[in-house]
Amino acid sequence: MELDKIEEKELRMGVPNQVVFSNTLQELAVTDRDILVTTSDSRGSGKLVPFAEKFPDQVVEVGIAEQNLVGVAAGLASAGKKAFAVSPACFLSARALEQIKNDVCYSDNPVKLVAISAGVSYGALGTTHHSLHDFAALRAINNITIVAPADNYETEQAVRSAVNFNQPLYLRFGKKAMPFLNEQNESFEFGKGRIIRRGDDVTIIATGEAVYPAWSAAKVLETERGVQATVVSMHTIKPLDVGLIADMASNGRPIVTVEEHMVNGGLGEACASYLMQNGFHNAFKIIGIPDEYTVTGSQVNIFDHYGISAEGLKETVLNILS
Amino acid sequence: MTVRELRLKSIFLRKQLLKYIYHAKAGHTGGSLSCTDILNVLYNKVLNVDPKNFKDPDRDRYIQSKGHSVEALYVTLADKGFFPEDDLETLCAYGSNYIGHPTKKVNGMEQNTGALGHGLPICVGEAIAAKLDEKNHRIFTLLGDGELPEGSNWEAFLAAAHYNLDNLYAILDYNKQQITGNNEDVMRIDSVKEKLQAFGWEVREVDGHNIEELIEALNNGPFKVGKPNFIIAHTIKGKGVSYMEGNLKWHHGVPSDEQYEMALNELNESQSLI
Ligand SMILES: Cc1ncc(C[n+]2csc(CCOP(=O)(O)OP(=O)(O)O)c2C)c(N)n1
Ligand SMILES: [Mg+2]
Repeated sequence: MELDKIEEKELRMGVPNQVVFSNTLQELAVTDRDILVTTSDSRGSGKLVPFAEKFPDQVVEVGIAEQNLVGVAAGLASAGKKAFAVSPACFLSARALEQIKNDVCYSDNPVKLVAISAGVSYGALGTTHHSLHDFAALRAINNITIVAPADNYETEQAVRSAVNFNQPLYLRFGKKAMPFLNEQNESFEFGKGRIIRRGDDVTIIATGEAVYPAWSAAKVLETERGVQATVVSMHTIKPLDVGLIADMASNGRPIVTVEEHMVNGGLGEACASYLMQNGFHNAFKIIGIPDEYTVTGSQVNIFDHYGISAEGLKETVLNILS
Repeated sequence: MTVRELRLKSIFLRKQLLKYIYHAKAGHTGGSLSCTDILNVLYNKVLNVDPKNFKDPDRDRYIQSKGHSVEALYVTLADKGFFPEDDLETLCAYGSNYIGHPTKKVNGMEQNTGALGHGLPICVGEAIAAKLDEKNHRIFTLLGDGELPEGSNWEAFLAAAHYNLDNLYAILDYNKQQITGNNEDVMRIDSVKEKLQAFGWEVREVDGHNIEELIEALNNGPFKVGKPNFIIAHTIKGKGVSYMEGNLKWHHGVPSDEQYEMALNELNESQSLI
């Protein structure tokens, strides 16, 4: 695969992805009265207060009851509504997991599960409020597409694609303002990874809010060490873009994966499984949250602690190259 | 402690929790102020727990189901000597054990809570175990009214009555508000008393800011032999700081310099009137 360099300017700062989710949905709801949002005392966190003010009839509030949230959304979807079930990722993907497995996926009701404040967005609130298991749990369920957009562009496209997507979908957003990662190479499709930056020495495959630190590491590697990294935003965790992974692996370069998720069962293991079973032997390293009692602090504190940062990833890449 | 001393203690605890929330720039202010009097009475008048020997198997258990109001619990435990108060200067900081919800890393905490709807089922388990072991300790939990719609609570209400758990005390911090709005508008839970009675619990209703009523209700169980005990404590979210009282913004609002000073002035004023 030809690796032409993408020109990089300073990144333009955006807003939190969950704000883009709400803004985009408001725009779409004007003409699409079938869009319904179900909330579990979660509209503030989901940035949906303006949505609720403009479209009071398009919000179904269930109170603090996430299992009911997903069950009700399944019923709405079954009746032909475009149901977005919005709740913090930690509760949506753990508390309501059986409703997701049975009522959404198994019964094939095309609910759009919108997981907000995902990963360690609620860093200082502790493990109850972290979702570091959701990719793993949902990857093990048939009939669901899992998407973690990296920036505002991917988020807007994901929400637009979601509205008429006729299968179960899990959209995962964080709380932090995100920069636009590549405005020259914009194209978005569920199941197709997006190349943010190209370089010949190493490939970093990241997802969600971990893409920005991966991009930052690539910049530092280039300026400090002359190391050229390709960075992929693998926004869709399932189905995985194995064609792109094969492309990246085919020239033998090392691969590093980065995710705001436990190292067990997430993006990294999904890539590893594909590579091993298809004859690739690239040097390979998974960076994520290790299987331990997770440290607390801000999201940045936690990322720094576990090496999901420009410095941390620079070290990982230099180690794997040596 | 006398009732007057407890009243003064409540003011002190309110000032303490505001201090640490202000310092950390994070915390669940409204819900902590709403349950301060309940925690004060529990730890200073009701619970048999020893900071020096917390793991005593015969201790009373207190599991805070509405874990987000951890700041009220932290300052109450610090005041009882479970840990040095200074520890709270690290509240919510990187690597601190004093995070935004209860964890067992802190001396005095029974369980790691924070996801709503988990406290009561654990208490049912503790209460069944106490019965099996023929122990006399009591098990307490504190529920939020917004938390009640979680189905797990209703599963546990059934189980507690089924197993005749008269050693179990569930206290409802009934401030009638949650994050998005009033319970009335978000999810109605009306007739709580009748609902719980229908589920086989013995119910008492108290003013959750009245020290005497709290002592009377919390210390005189079981209300009926063989029945679990439910205490509806009518409270005000943000209690004690008038600009916070009943104002949704203070669910997890953090006071500015000026607001912090206003709050302290008001609490000092209330203190001088006791
Ligand atoms: C399972 C779960 N869902 C959602 C939340 C987020 N949350 C934290 S506090 C809260 C509102 C709680 O309201 P209430 O129980 O009335 O507490 P209080 O008014 O006493 O603060 C919500 C929705 C949570 N902690 N756990
Ligand atoms: Mg409440």
